[in-house]
Amino acid sequence: MKSKWWLVALLICLVVAAFSPLASSSPDGLERVAEDKGFIDLAGGTPFQIIADYVFPGIGNEAVATIVAGVIGTLLLFGLAYGVAWLLIATRRKKLASHY
Amino acid sequence: MHIPDGFLNVATVATTTAISAGGVANAVRVTGKKLGEKQVPLMGVLAAFVFAAQMLNFPIAGGTSGHFLGAALAAILLGPWTGVLIMTCVLVGQCLIFQDGGLLALGANVLNMGIIGSFGSYYAYRLFTSLLGDSRRSRLIGGFAGAWVAVFLASTACALELAISGASPLGVVLPAMAGVHALIGIVEGLITVAVLSAVMATRADLLALQTIQQEGETK
Repeated sequence: MKSKWWLVALLICLVVAAFSPLASSSPDGLERVAEDKGFIDLAGGTPFQIIADYVFPGIGNEAVATIVAGVIGTLLLFGLAYGVAWLLIATRRKKLASHY
Repeated sequence: MHIPDGFLNVATVATTTAISAGGVANAVRVTGKKLGEKQVPLMGVLAAFVFAAQMLNFPIAGGTSGHFLGAALAAILLGPWTGVLIMTCVLVGQCLIFQDGGLLALGANVLNMGIIGSFGSYYAYRLFTSLLGDSRRSRLIGGFAGAWVAVFLASTACALELAISGASPLGVVLPAMAGVHALIGIVEGLITVAVLSAVMATRADLLALQTIQQEGETK
C-alpha cells in the first residue's frame, strides 16, 4: 500500500473538490478591489468557454455541475503535472543514455 | 487573484509574459536536472490539491472572499523552481479550461502567483527555519510565514501591474490589494500549516527529500 500513497492523496484532493459547492460566492480579493475602485468593467470576455466559472455546462443542478467541474479539474491537474514530471525524467534518462 | 484580460495594458502584458516565459523555462531546466522518481507523483498530487483547494473560496471581512494559493506549500515541499512549475500547470489549466484568469494575463498571473509566490514563500520559510533551527515547530512557523508572504507579495505585484497599466492609481489599488490579502494570507498560512503537519505526521520522508534548487544555491 505504501507505494500507492499518492492514490490516497489524490482521493483526498477529490474529496476537497467535492466540497466546492460550499465555497463562498462573494467576489475574491482582486474582484472586490476592482469593484470598489471602479475598474471591474475593464474586464473583457473570453474568446472561448469550456468549463467557465467552474460550472460544468449542461447540468441543471449547479452544485452537481460545480462538483463535476472540480473533479474533472483535479484529475486533469494531477495528470498534467504527473505527465510533465514524467517527461522531464524520461528526457533526462535519454540524455544520460546517449552519453555512453 | 487571477487577473482577467482587459486590466493590463500591452506593455505590461508583454513584459510579464517575457519574464514568466524565462522563469518557466528555467523551472523546467532546474526541475528536469534534479527531480527524483519519488517526486513525480508528489508533483501530480500537489497540482491536484492546489487546484481543488483554490475552488474553496472562504468568506473574509465584508462580503469578500479569498481562496488558497498554494505556492508556499509547493515551494516548501519541492523547492521554489518546482513550485513555479506546479503553479504554472494549475494556472494554465484554470486559464484554458475554466476561463479563470485571462489568456493575455496568463504571464502576469504566472509571475505573481507562481514565480513571486514560490520564491517569496520559500525564502521566508528558509529564513525562519534557519533562525529557529530545524525542528517541527520551526518548519510550521516558517510555513505560516512563507504562506502569508506569498499571498501578500503576489497581491502587491498584482497591484503594481494594475497601476502601471493605468487601471487604477497606485495609491488607491496598492493599499486596497495589500490590505485585503494581508487577511487572506492568514488563512493561507493556517491551511499551509495544516497540510504541512499532516504530511509530517504521515509521510515525513517526503519532507526529507532534497528540495529542488538551482546549481549554486545553498541547501
